[in-house]
Formats: sequence, structure tokens, C-alpha cells
Amino acid sequence: MNFEEHAAKPLLARAGIAVPPARLATSPEEAEAAAREIGASVVKAQVPTGKRGKAGGIRLAADPAEARAHAGAILGMEIGGHVVERVLVEAQVPIARELYAAVLNDPGSRGPMLLFSTLGGMDVEEAAERDPHAMRRHEISIIDGLQRADAEAIAAAAGEEIAGRIADALMALYQAYRELDAELVEINPLVVTQDGRVVALDCKLVVDDAAGPRQPGLLEQGTPDRLTGLEARAQAAGLKYIELGGSVGILANGAGLTMTTMDAVSHLGGEPANFLEVGGEAYTKAQTALEILLDNPNIRSLVVNFCGAFARTDVMADGVVKAWKALDPAIPVFFTIHGTGEDEAVALVRRELGFEPFDRMDDAVAAAVQAARNAA
Amino acid sequence: MIIRREHRVLVQGITGKQGTFWTEAMQAYGTRIVGGVNPKKAGSEHLGVPVHASAREAAKSAPFDVSVMFIPPMAAKAAAIDACEAGAKMVVCLTEHIPAHDVMEMHAAARANGTRIVGPNTAGLVTPGEAFVGIMPAFNERVFRPGRIGVISRSGSLGTLVALNLTQEGEGQSVFYGVGGDPMIGTTSREALEMLDADPRTEAVVLCGEIGGSAEEEAAEYARTMDKPVVAFIAGRASPPGRKMGHAGAIVSGGSGGYDAKRRALEAAGVEVADLPSQIPQMIATRLAQDARQVAFT
Repeated sequence: MNFEEHAAKPLLARAGIAVPPARLATSPEEAEAAAREIGASVVKAQVPTGKRGKAGGIRLAADPAEARAHAGAILGMEIGGHVVERVLVEAQVPIARELYAAVLNDPGSRGPMLLFSTLGGMDVEEAAERDPHAMRRHEISIIDGLQRADAEAIAAAAGEEIAGRIADALMALYQAYRELDAELVEINPLVVTQDGRVVALDCKLVVDDAAGPRQPGLLEQGTPDRLTGLEARAQAAGLKYIELGGSVGILANGAGLTMTTMDAVSHLGGEPANFLEVGGEAYTKAQTALEILLDNPNIRSLVVNFCGAFARTDVMADGVVKAWKALDPAIPVFFTIHGTGEDEAVALVRRELGFEPFDRMDDAVAAAVQAARNAA
Repeated sequence: MIIRREHRVLVQGITGKQGTFWTEAMQAYGTRIVGGVNPKKAGSEHLGVPVHASAREAAKSAPFDVSVMFIPPMAAKAAAIDACEAGAKMVVCLTEHIPAHDVMEMHAAARANGTRIVGPNTAGLVTPGEAFVGIMPAFNERVFRPGRIGVISRSGSLGTLVALNLTQEGEGQSVFYGVGGDPMIGTTSREALEMLDADPRTEAVVLCGEIGGSAEEEAAEYARTMDKPVVAFIAGRASPPGRKMGHAGAIVSGGSGGYDAKRRALEAAGVEVADLPSQIPQMIATRLAQDARQVAFT
């Protein structure tokens, strides 16, 4: 789950990292009122994507009238495909230096990693590319946590006089990462102010969806992926469904097999209509899955590809048969079924629907691609 | 570590519905199940083996080599650490959706105890005709037959399809090694490739990858050094960027983890990449025939 700046910063503050006073606004009037309280401010677009500054979504306002004008310009802007619906009105901070700090899950070391750079700001990625030494990478033991001595040694790159306060911020950052079950918590820039304070001016937070059950109320503060109506329906039913715009519907079990079926449709000249997998624990939901899939008006044919391991093909085939009988769809369907429960599943499809499953995936997919083409 | 008939296997979560279904399947196949774990049913017997309060308890009365976990996500960390501390050589973690911080703690425990974790989110390991641990249709003879081809896969369902394709063309498998669909797995594709390279029964390897992460690029570095032929398929060529394709690890983000880079890395290492899984058996046959000719000439 991605968290926008306005949702992430209070969580940082709770862990002990200083953030500027700020208020969220959804209209120019609200932005003006906020700026009247806050004083000289920054008006910042709230969208779940980076590069807001370069897109003109971050503007300085000297007074409330200017905050109102900026909010009027920013609200409704499109940044990275997202329409801006909210702005954060935040107090201006007298910046002396811009740093970068992040903690993330590192697949290489199978543990947390701290990133730190004295070249923070808008172009940190480019700076790190130009000079690999500009980004310090420190592996952290998940058992022992970030050690104060390590934090201080890393912070020393920013200069002795400020290292202690930066180390405090790094310790707090790691604490926030752990307490929030974060996949990534990134502060860019982490600034040193002219009066020597260390303040987080932006924050990007990604929380692990799998940790939801032990983080009551947390994921609700994030910004969910924008879903189509059918995608939202699938999510509510506990299914992963992604609309792709093509005409060949795909029902398969397991993420790998489903992607492979999409690849086969594409390679054999068709366009996949969707990603929809009923593998893992979802294998009992084939009926619901098929109902959602068939509600996509672009579908002209359907390929059902089961290679059951944990997902029993007999149970999945039973769901498909029930849904097919209930909905009686007007599109052709092509089955290929192998793996756990295969004999029962094949017999069921033959007996109940009168379809003969293909032995080879390629043949089933080619037939579905041809049928979609004929119907177009 | 490749699963063999002599390995003693403990089943954590043996009494649940899935634990029961798959333990029966493993026993019928020939896997040596020596015990199970369920703290609430310790002291009883299930499927003919004793049920223990923990893996550590089990180790006292009935030593085991491998533990396979049928454990829900929020309880998986404790179970995996228990198995590591009990002295398991290998822990096969089938569970999907374990919080990532828990997964990192599991890997730390594995390192501290010298345990190999396979997974999380693996479908398990199969040595056809001998033994299997996990949730693969090892017992379906149209899918798995004993043979000479090693198969490594991030996905159980794709691995099943590839084994099926090999069997349909008369090629059996020496090993199926499911490494798992999570982003932080205990045994990487590269490590599995090293094991199959060292396995005398394996003459060629199929690497089934998918978009996301850098497992295929890392495996390619090792494949470059191998004499045995390696053929690959990478799922996700037709997948849109920025969306998690079912597996937590299967996402193309910020220009990394994409199909093209993986294919280029593999091809540069001499690994032929199939457009469709059905092309794999022919590619393997051609490579093995070439090698046989070269041996005949030298």
C-alpha cells in the first residue's frame, strides 16, 4: 500500500522525526485558510507518484492569497496519470542542506537496508548514477536492528557538527520502518535547516499489505491502486484481476501459469483481456472468478488453463461448470486441464458442458485466438 | 539439497485439511514422513505418525532432515524459526503472504542455524519416482516421470506445465525445484542451478522465471560457467508494468525486473529462451544431441 506525503508524515513524526506544520486542503479556499494559520507556505500536490516538483505540483506561497492561487492551479492537474484532488499546505523551512535517507527491504541480503546520501533533493537518482559513492548502502541485521554507532558513522558524511542529530533521525527512521511493517520508507529531502534542525520535507512510504492483519487501521490511511469496477469487485471477492483491454479472456490457476497463458495468447496473435488467477487459496472461487470475467464486455472468447498443483483442477472445474450453466454465455470456451484432480475435472467438463479439453495449451490458446478474431 | 527417499520429513501443520491431504499424497508417493506438529494435538497420532508440540520437541524423539510447513501466514515465522532451531537441514515454506519483516527474521534464523529455507511461496520439491515435499502433482504420471531434466521454477503452476510439456515429448525429470514466488526467498534460482549442475542425474536444466526482481540475471551469470545445457522460459512478457501479477515478486517497477533485460542476460550467457513452454523439449533435445556429437568427436 502506497502512502501519500500527507498520510506518511504524521507516522514519521510519531516515530520522532521532525516534520513541518501542515494542513491538507481540497479547495483553494481551504488552502488559503490553512496558509493564514501557517504563514509562508509550500503548496504540494498529493498524488501517489514522484516527480511532483518537475510537473509544477509544488509551489512556494508567500501569503494566503498566493496559496489560494497556487492551490487553484494545482488542484485538477494531472501528474503521472493521477488527477490532483488534494494539496498539502506546509510551512516553509529555511533549508541549509538537502540529504537523502531511506530504509527498505533488500532482496539481495534478505534483510533491511539503510540508504543515505548527502546529495538529497530532486535529482538524487541521477546523482547516485553519476557517483556511486554518493549513495551509502548499509545492511542491517533484522535481529539486532540499526546500531547507534553505525548510524553515527553513516551520518558523519554530513559533517561532525550535525552527525548526532542526523543519527537520531536515522534511528527514528528505522524504528518507523519496523513499527509500520514498511517495505520502503524514504525521506527526500531530509533537510538540515539554517538553524541546525533536521527535518523531513517529504516522505514516501510503502506498507506491506501482508502485514494488514497485525496493523489495524494502518492500511486504510494509504492510497489504494485505482481499480476498474470489475477489478474492485474481484478484490472484494479475494481475487486478483487485472483488466488488459484485449478480447481473449483468461482463467488460469497460479500467477506463473496465468502470465504464461497471457504470453501465449499474445505470441499466437491475440490480445489478452485480463489477468485472473484462481490459484493458491483462491482455487475454490472459480465460479465467482468466471462471473467477473464474463462481465467484461470486450471478451470474445475464453481459454481456461488449469495446471493444478495445490489448486485442485476438479474443484476449479466444478466452479467453472456451475458458473457456465448459470450464466450460459454466448462466447466460445477452450479448456486445457492437467495436474491434481485432472481425470475428474476432464470428465466433469465433458459430461456437464459437452466440451472436449485440449491436451496442449498452445492448441487451446490458438483456438481461442482464432475464435476471438472470427467474432471481431 | 535435493529431496531423496531416505530424507526424514516432518510436517508442520499436519492435522489441517491441506496438511492432511498433501501428507497422504506424499506418503503414498514414498516420501518418508516421520512426524507432524500441532501444539494442540501433541501426543496423538495422525496418518500413522506421531504429532508433536513443536519441531524442537519432535527432534528429541524422532530426528528429521526436512520440514515442510502447512502454516498460515501470521504463524509462519514462529514455525520456521522453530524448525531451524530444531536442526532441520531444509525448511520448505509453502505459505504465501507472510509479512516481509517476518520473512527476513526467518532468513536470519536460517543463517544462524545453518538451515536452507526453500520459499516462501514455493510449491515444493519433487524427485520423480522417489519423493516429493510440498503441493506438486508429483503423483500424476502424465506430468512427472523420472528422467534426466532438472526444472527450476518460481511458480508451481508454470513448473507443472513445463514438466507436463517435457513428459508429453518423452523427457522425464530428475528434479523439480520450486524456489518460490516471493521477493525474498531462501534459495534463489541461481543456487538451485548450482545444485542441479552438481547433480549427476541431471543432464540439462529448464529455468522457469518470471518478470520482477533479478533472479534470472543472477542465474544467467552462473549458467555461463556450466557445461550442462540450460534452456529458459520467462513468464510475463505480455504483462503491463507497475502491477503486481499475483506473486508479490512479479512486478516490473522503475525500469527494473522487465522481460527484455532478463532475456538479454540469459541469451548473452548462452541460455536459449523459449517464446512458449511447448518449445522447451525440442530446444533441450537439440542441445543434448549437439553435446553428444561433440563428445563423440573428441
